[in-house]
Amino acid sequence: MTGNGRLARRFRRLSAEGRAGLVTFVTAGDPNPDISREMVCQLPTAGADIIELGMPFSDPMADGPAIQQASLRALRAGQTMARTFAQVAALRTIDTETPVVLMGYFNPIYRYGVDRFAADAATAGVDGLIVVDLPPEEHDELRLPATAAGLDLVALVAPTTDDARLPRVVGPASGFVYYVSIAGITGTASAAAADIAPAVTRIRRTTGLPIAVGFGIRTPEQTAAVAAVADAAVVGSAIVDRIAESLGPDGTPVADPVASVGEFVAALAAGARSAQRRTASGAGAE
Amino acid sequence: MTGNTETQAYPARATDGRNTFRTGPDERGHFGIFGGRYVAETLMPLILEVEQAYAEARQDPAFAAEFEYYLRHYVGRPSPLYLAERLTRRLGGARIYFKRDELNHTGAHKINNTLGQVLLARRMGKSRIIAETGAGQHGVATATVCALFGLPCEVFMGAQDIERQSPNVFRMKLLGATVRPVEAGSGTLKDAMNAALRDWVGNVEDTFYLIGTVAGPHPYPAMVRDFQTVIGREVRAQLHEAEGRLPDTLVACIGGGSNAIGLFHPFLDDPAVRMIGVEAAGRGLDTGEHCASLSAGEPGVLHGNRTYLLQDAEGQIENGHSIAAGLDYPGVGPEHAWLKDSGRVTYASVTDQEALAAFKLCARTEGILPALEPAHALAHVARIAPELPPDHLLVMNLCGRGDKDVFTVAAALGEDV
Repeated sequence: MTGNGRLARRFRRLSAEGRAGLVTFVTAGDPNPDISREMVCQLPTAGADIIELGMPFSDPMADGPAIQQASLRALRAGQTMARTFAQVAALRTIDTETPVVLMGYFNPIYRYGVDRFAADAATAGVDGLIVVDLPPEEHDELRLPATAAGLDLVALVAPTTDDARLPRVVGPASGFVYYVSIAGITGTASAAAADIAPAVTRIRRTTGLPIAVGFGIRTPEQTAAVAAVADAAVVGSAIVDRIAESLGPDGTPVADPVASVGEFVAALAAGARSAQRRTASGAGAE
Repeated sequence: MTGNTETQAYPARATDGRNTFRTGPDERGHFGIFGGRYVAETLMPLILEVEQAYAEARQDPAFAAEFEYYLRHYVGRPSPLYLAERLTRRLGGARIYFKRDELNHTGAHKINNTLGQVLLARRMGKSRIIAETGAGQHGVATATVCALFGLPCEVFMGAQDIERQSPNVFRMKLLGATVRPVEAGSGTLKDAMNAALRDWVGNVEDTFYLIGTVAGPHPYPAMVRDFQTVIGREVRAQLHEAEGRLPDTLVACIGGGSNAIGLFHPFLDDPAVRMIGVEAAGRGLDTGEHCASLSAGEPGVLHGNRTYLLQDAEGQIENGHSIAAGLDYPGVGPEHAWLKDSGRVTYASVTDQEALAAFKLCARTEGILPALEPAHALAHVARIAPELPPDHLLVMNLCGRGDKDVFTVAAALGEDV
């Protein structure tokens, strides 16, 4: 792996420490902009190695109920793209090293304007982008301005991505490759650990980029199992569930969502750190 | 856009110098900047598989023969092209023909497409069909063809639509389909489409997603169009027989736009033929409660394609409103977006109240209860026909029958049924 951005530095450091990273997902502005800002700012100290921040969208086609609801909560609370950027900028006042990757769907980016989006994201301190509905067939429109602004465009690889297609998907990618470990939506089924290792090996034959694995990883134990075979484990819906559980029927907090998420992320991080690496990391490996 | 400017635009636009309007989309599924394949990577290989299978089927005379056989013997095609004489006299202008696609089996044009796609799914060896539906017409047409071929069928339908279209929900159940209520989002057609896409992502091996309109990722907009162009091809032949020439004006309602593109496409390269798509203005374009994505929306990306969408400044999708559930979709097929921008087709809009008036006009003048969707097209016909000369041939697609809408109409007219 090359590059000197935060993502590259973070994966090099993880490699040097001989462990896989924990990528934590929450939706920006969930359950409201104030709580969300506080929640994200505590993620590095709680144990997140990389922060994946969702840009809420009204129609998140690849997401299960947990993240759909998170999007709707954030939008109802008035979240906008500008607020998402402001949230990243707020994090950067206290943490300059933890990479932030924005995840979302193309339409809000397109409406914002791809050039302005890439520039404003970079200025706020964003490091990479995951755009779910932008396969390589369509991604040039965003990849070019993103690259110009110094942002990594993370590639998504699915179980349905066959060997013939794989180079086309990971070839233009930078930052890392995100392996979607199940054919399904977020927060539903979990892949069998035995299926993940060969998939990661298959992707490693095609790219030297680090490989993060997500979808269906819900517990510290599952995190540890994935951390043993991949460069990072992504946990999303299970964290978002902690937020939902701390809210009353009218959506206002009845418990402390920040503390609840913090404790859970700490447990996940312990899981990630407990893993014995079975394969070399992507950094300079193979 | 109003009917008045339409009338002034006549005679039809000349060709703008392009050789053809009929070769789209390009090999990547784009109509100009519109269309495309904006789907999650998990679905991309499936989309490519459908594209490949359809490209092969399209070249196969046996596929065409099978499609034509069922269109004729099961759907009841060709549907008549009927000269609406009393309506013509009543409006006192253009000679008005109805393309009677409401006489198809299941009462709408939807079955042309469901038949084509089910035949393709069988050819691909898929064993389970999923579909989204708004008004329930596409759901019923899908359930019907699935029953015909013994395929299990699940139809995703917004919870709110299930409530307002209960007769169609029961029809689908009678036909053996499972109706899956969608509570997410606003509980309408766009949410049903999200749910169907989510199901497809999770059942990639055995499932075929049967999209009901000319939207979605490539190849759906082109494929659904191809199955629906039987409408326009029949009109071409039938009008030639009746009048010995091409039509002057074609009018069709637009939700996603499948009946309209089916009528328009075979005529796109005949520059003398003017075409008007009619969107739902709901309670009025200035109220924000409408479904006129082309007239009042902005380009964006949803459900796999770039097109005109109802959305806010942040790119969040807004819910439309129309008295016609079949027009209640915040997007429109990408080919229509391209035809609008190219100027080849013009797009007008009609309010709920205007559509209701046209519904009543059609019932009393021609003895036909139109669906509320084509009642929008008819309302626009009623606007422009009086200004046109008596030798002007106007063809309107009467793409669905109104039996499904009698309760909605009764409620709107304040009558108990």
